[in-house]
Amino acid sequence: MEVEGGNTSANDAVARKIPIQSRRAKVFYQFTQQNLPACKPVLTPSWIVTTFLLMGVIFIPIGLVTLRTSHSVIEIVERYDTECIPEKFRGNKVSYIKDSTILKNCSLYLKVPKHMKAPIYIYYQLDNYYQNHRRYVKSRNDQQLLHGLKYNDTSSCQPEDSNNGLPIVPCGLIAWSLFNDTFKFIRESSELVVNRKNIAWKSDRNHKFGKQVYPFNFQNGTFIGGGSLDPSVPLSDQEDLIVWMRTAALPSFRKMYGRIEEDLDADDVIAVHLMNNYNTYSFGGKKKLVLSTSSWLGGKNDFLGVAYVFVGSSSIIISLVFMLLHVKNPRPYGETAYLSWNR
Amino acid sequence: GVIECPGPDKDIRRFDGNLRLLPPFIDNDVCPLTIKNTILQSCYLRNTEWACGVAVYTGKKGKWIKLVWWAHYLGKCYSNETKLGMTRGIPEPKLTAVDAMIDKLTGAIFVFQIVVVIVLGTAGNVWKDTEARKQWYVLYPQEFPWYELLVIPLRFELLCSIMIPISIKVSLDLVKSLYAKFIDWDYEMIDPETDTPSHATNTAISEDLAQVEYILTDKTGTLTENRMIFRRCCIGGIFYGNETGDALKDVGLLNAITSGSPDVIRFLTVMAVCNTVIPAKSKAGAILYKAQSQDEEALVHAAAQLHMVLVNKNASILEIKFNGSVLQYEILETLEFTSDRKRMSVVVKDCHSGNISLLSKGADEAILPYAHAGQQTRTFVEAVEQYSQLGLRTLCLAWREVEEDEYQEWSLMFKEASSTLIDREWRIAEVCQRLEHDLKVLGVTAIEDRLQDGVPETIETLRKAGINFWMLTGDKQNTAIQIALSCNFISPEPKGQLLSIDGKTEDEVCRSLERVLLTMRITTSEPKDVAFVVDGWALEIALKHYRKAFTELAILSRTAICCRVTPSQKAQLVELLKSCDYRTLAIGDGGNDVRMIQKADIGVGISGREGLQAARAADYSIGKFRFLKRLILVHGRYSYNRTAFLSQYSFYKSLLICFIQIFFSFISGLSGTSLFNSVSLMAYNVFYTSIPVLVSTIDKDLSEGTVMQHPQILFYCQAGRLLNPSTFAGWFGRPLFHGREAIVAFVISIHVYAYEKSEMEEVSMVALSGCIWLQAFVVALETNSFTVFQHLAIWGNLVAFYIINWIFSAIPSSGMYTIMFRLCSQPSYWITMFLIVAAGMGPIVALKYFRYTYRASKINILQQAERMGGPILSLGTIEPQPRAIEKDVAPLSITQPRSRSPVYEPLLSDSPNTRRSFGSGTPFDFFQSPSRLSSIYSRNCKDN
Repeated sequence: MEVEGGNTSANDAVARKIPIQSRRAKVFYQFTQQNLPACKPVLTPSWIVTTFLLMGVIFIPIGLVTLRTSHSVIEIVERYDTECIPEKFRGNKVSYIKDSTILKNCSLYLKVPKHMKAPIYIYYQLDNYYQNHRRYVKSRNDQQLLHGLKYNDTSSCQPEDSNNGLPIVPCGLIAWSLFNDTFKFIRESSELVVNRKNIAWKSDRNHKFGKQVYPFNFQNGTFIGGGSLDPSVPLSDQEDLIVWMRTAALPSFRKMYGRIEEDLDADDVIAVHLMNNYNTYSFGGKKKLVLSTSSWLGGKNDFLGVAYVFVGSSSIIISLVFMLLHVKNPRPYGETAYLSWNR
Repeated sequence: GVIECPGPDKDIRRFDGNLRLLPPFIDNDVCPLTIKNTILQSCYLRNTEWACGVAVYTGKKGKWIKLVWWAHYLGKCYSNETKLGMTRGIPEPKLTAVDAMIDKLTGAIFVFQIVVVIVLGTAGNVWKDTEARKQWYVLYPQEFPWYELLVIPLRFELLCSIMIPISIKVSLDLVKSLYAKFIDWDYEMIDPETDTPSHATNTAISEDLAQVEYILTDKTGTLTENRMIFRRCCIGGIFYGNETGDALKDVGLLNAITSGSPDVIRFLTVMAVCNTVIPAKSKAGAILYKAQSQDEEALVHAAAQLHMVLVNKNASILEIKFNGSVLQYEILETLEFTSDRKRMSVVVKDCHSGNISLLSKGADEAILPYAHAGQQTRTFVEAVEQYSQLGLRTLCLAWREVEEDEYQEWSLMFKEASSTLIDREWRIAEVCQRLEHDLKVLGVTAIEDRLQDGVPETIETLRKAGINFWMLTGDKQNTAIQIALSCNFISPEPKGQLLSIDGKTEDEVCRSLERVLLTMRITTSEPKDVAFVVDGWALEIALKHYRKAFTELAILSRTAICCRVTPSQKAQLVELLKSCDYRTLAIGDGGNDVRMIQKADIGVGISGREGLQAARAADYSIGKFRFLKRLILVHGRYSYNRTAFLSQYSFYKSLLICFIQIFFSFISGLSGTSLFNSVSLMAYNVFYTSIPVLVSTIDKDLSEGTVMQHPQILFYCQAGRLLNPSTFAGWFGRPLFHGREAIVAFVISIHVYAYEKSEMEEVSMVALSGCIWLQAFVVALETNSFTVFQHLAIWGNLVAFYIINWIFSAIPSSGMYTIMFRLCSQPSYWITMFLIVAAGMGPIVALKYFRYTYRASKINILQQAERMGGPILSLGTIEPQPRAIEKDVAPLSITQPRSRSPVYEPLLSDSPNTRRSFGSGTPFDFFQSPSRLSSIYSRNCKDN
């Protein structure tokens, strides 16, 4: 890299003619003459080879650290949507889930593979569930969530905006389809305490969902979607709803259910008693229960680490290829003899 | 009375009419009306107290009405008629090639957009019917009206509407006005003599300057300074002014005047009298001369300095002051200058003695053959030859006494000839011939009309850049050829070949046209410079009847000289070249160039001595011809490069964000959900990505010096190498395949932010900031020279992105409340950003380096050369060459002082020897064959 002062010989005459009073005037003059001092980087072989090499050297360790962090996260994933259907209903899952007379409790047994340090996060995972569908995403009303019945323009919530001529609070498809499976965790006959507070964002609780807004006319329609809400609890405390209303960008997502605040030891067997209420059978969605610890990078995700290692090693390969090319086939730089009109 | 005149034609220099007076007045007296009695539209009539006239030729464009007017004939008056300016035309709005290309590409993108919308819309509807019905939470109604089918395609249309960047028009207008400002500001394009800066009147067409393929130039005032100065003379065989180079300071001449040598006195009298100059007294008492011809003005000025002062011209009485005494002459008749006669004469009567004499001046071949039998003209021939080798315009002066009877007799014939309607010019010439014989040749004058500084170098450089030159001049053929030779326009014999198209009739023109065409076809393969010369008459026929052949000729020939052409013919030639899809630039300085300037793709006016008419009508006005080089090579080229980058980049960044939206639609059930919120999308287009790219307007890929030394590099611009469908495809495919930025940014963000982190707002901001980071690095990679502004814009913009989003994240009511704070506090966010940059930029950098080094374009090679600081002066020897003319010619002259550097223009010296001696054996090796080949190559490229 070099800094070029521009065409000085041409400037001198003018510079003398126009006394340059200040730095700013000089910069402006240089700007008008398109003659600002400029740095012109050149892609020299050594520069390129070093850059790629450096990139590789930096990226591979970062990748390894990230991978290690990801592997240090212990995660138990258990799919339960099919297992929780009694054998006799396996042929017609949809009618089973829609039948409100049947009590849909179910038990799972999870084995803890490694020691898990508290806090252990409990997520439920839905696959093939399009929370990002346009019709779904738009069907909410942030003003109503914050101000309740005082705000009655709920047209954006269609088709779940009102029922029997009365507005629904909270309105919209998202709230209407609230996830309503519940989980209970039992270790060695004693129930594990699941902390279900503070699972939603604090900012949402404080600023997005009203403290004085209570559910109203919710799930009263002919067609019942997901879970119902306790009308005596204000929306800002309905954390399951708040979590659910943070729509996911991908069709496969996890949402927090709660936290277990004690360590789990390796080979512990945890019995999960769950109420399998939520219908994912009609569209073939999967339901999974996830217990996971956390790291500074979040949950278990190898992608970053693998990508870093991949990018790092490819840049080292590229730098080696360019080095070889340069050694084998050195190209004289800036040889004007290559210009066709000079041949 | 009745005015009889032919219908309007395009020759503004002729008007042959008659004024016939009807009985109440004088019976059937016919007064000839010529161009002299005619005033063209929008001319000023000066030094005249009153005038009365009649309007002829009134009408609108294309539709001419011939009007016959009744008018009172008022004794002796100037009859003023307007020949409604066929010189004028109506300027059309100009669209640059780049703009046209951008429009085309926009159209292509639009088609692509429609295709995407239809495909995704259909797929969306299918998905809706098959999948979304089962997704109970979406609650699609079971029955819906038919127009529901349109909803999803229309949503995609909304999503894809950002594919066409609206901001491009605004950005382009903005940067174009900056290009224009750069031209206005350029100190190196200020005329040092008059301090006039260059000016871009039309701010929209700077890019076209770099794509010029043909330059059509006027001669006088454009290539030359149009300032005639009397330099030397030869009176009665004695040379004056050879030692000093200035006859006015020659002691011998001054002595001869004071001693009253009759030859010298007579010589000066002819200089002062034989002309059409009108003296006017200014308020201060000094005498100002107004002349149509700069030559005459120069002669009268010189005479005045040699004490023969033309004081007054009043109707037909002319007063001259010589050494304190006043001499009066009555002008009996003026035998005008025509290009065929090549001389003018006046018949004057000395008011003192009553003697009638004929005073003539003209080209040597028009005067010397008519010298009286006893006179030796050899010294004059030598003088003419010597002067014309120096590039001076020569005129021979002669006189003879005329008897009273002879004059009376001739006068009748002259009057009769002047009144004919048919072939008047020829008849008059014939009559004049009868008086102009047995002349006593007095001497030869030499006037210089200097070429403007730097004209040969400019033509040479631009020609290397692959630009073809045509000279369109109203002057006569020989003058045009002489000046063409002296300014590198054409090469003399062994190297170049000059073909002439002439003829007075259709057949003759046709034959010579075909002959020239044949020669052209044969010689295109040879590295020889073939040029053709055509005069106005033949051109008229060629354009009318042999347009196709002439067009082919125009394409084959790199150089042409068209002489004696009218303004409208100039415009026709421009049209002809434009119709072959060539980019034309017309440059001129006078009112007669206005139409050509308006017609051409780019009009350049020289704000010179012929007034500002051309400069006003032009798109660019410059002070001197040599600035054209800088205008095209520096300003035009930079503008083109910058616009090419800016426009393609604008499309690229819109596509990038749009592809991400499309990818997202695949994972959002093809329902047309927008990943980004509307504020971010808007800010992305008008703010985050526009600011960094706007500073590319001060980017310079090569320094000005390098471009000047390698003008051939312009061919990248001419052939439209930097902005065409294939380069555009590169930029278009870039977000998808080549650099995979869109894929990279999208895939990485959705994989890192999967599962528990897959919150919509967060993923959207991660993807957006990934794009912004990539943009910053892509712009940085494409920038050739980093100035303070570039750094400020590129990195400042990145910082600004975060600041703006933090501000939005601090507003509770905004959709992205706390999102940006949340992300910025996560290490995984920053790690993701670096990954996106590295994975996105790595392949691009590697590819660019590979191309730059192993598949280097010429621009790259020059960049490397320039930046490694190596010697790049491989072609830097352009300037010294033209000086060689002087050196080679100088030995031929006898006592030529060698101190002068400018190149002179021989004007009236028509002797055939002149040209031959000019070309004999002197190595005029200015045209380098590769330049020609490269231009042919460039044209081939364009065809492809």
